[in-house]
Amino acid sequence: MGFKAVGLDVFPAVDDKEALEILNKLIDGPDEYAIIYIEETLAVNMQKEIDKYKESPVPAIILIPGREGSVGLGQSALKAAVERAIGTNILDN
Amino acid sequence: MPNQVITPTRMVLNQQKGRLKTALRGHKLLKDKCDELMRQFMQIIRKNQELRKKVETGLTDAFASLQVASSIMSPDMLEQALLYPRQSVELGLSYKNIMSVNVPQYTFKTKSNDVSDIYPYSFAQTSGELDDALDKMSKVFQDMLELAQIEKTMQMLAEEIEKTRRRVNALEYVMIPEYQENIRYISMKLEENENSTKVRLLKVKEMVLKDAGYK
Repeated sequence: MGFKAVGLDVFPAVDDKEALEILNKLIDGPDEYAIIYIEETLAVNMQKEIDKYKESPVPAIILIPGREGSVGLGQSALKAAVERAIGTNILDN
Repeated sequence: MPNQVITPTRMVLNQQKGRLKTALRGHKLLKDKCDELMRQFMQIIRKNQELRKKVETGLTDAFASLQVASSIMSPDMLEQALLYPRQSVELGLSYKNIMSVNVPQYTFKTKSNDVSDIYPYSFAQTSGELDDALDKMSKVFQDMLELAQIEKTMQMLAEEIEKTRRRVNALEYVMIPEYQENIRYISMKLEENENSTKVRLLKVKEMVLKDAGYK
């Protein structure tokens, strides 16, 4: 809600199903969104869809912690990318 | 052992030698590219990790402030206060080329430059906690934008590194040994042919000399 005041467009979703619908609408829709922030708690069950857009330059789908605080999904995405590129996780220090 | 049938001729030998040379050069170039990508990637993941931590703590903090604000004000009032934003953000997108990977660069422009425009309400009817929450939010937003850019860059680089490494490995462990094996095979075959021709000639010479009565 607070993001609206900063100037972002906000699309509230109750569950991940609704979130997925909104996500697809945003990507295919007439407005071109370059960055889409999704709350981690909503993103848990839509990893597959998010991963689809990992390699294209737009849109950037970025996970942010929700109201309940971070569940570490954003961090694990970072780790996954490192593992993919280097073959092992070097961040555990 | 060459897995496809190659005819042991000089022409094929030259062709294979040419291919080997190209493969070696390609291998070196790709390896250099991979190393450079890796170097860039390391810098980016460090920065990414830092930024993510910063954004996560910043956001948690901002949400906590918002929570406080919403507990002080009535939900209706809060919603009303935030219903029509005064500020809006426009995002510009350009691309930067890192080792042939096109990564996005964001520039963002707020509609108005007045800092107070993040508060879309009059201060008379809202609590100070809301101002506080929005202030935190707008601060963390800058970092969020940077995070988006870095994270996307990182994902794209990771993809490119994987691809490049696969190519390097294919060249190093499949193509190059295969060409070397082929070249060895052809040159051995050619030598063998040469030897047998020589022996045959010697034999013929002997026979001819014998016929002519020299021996």
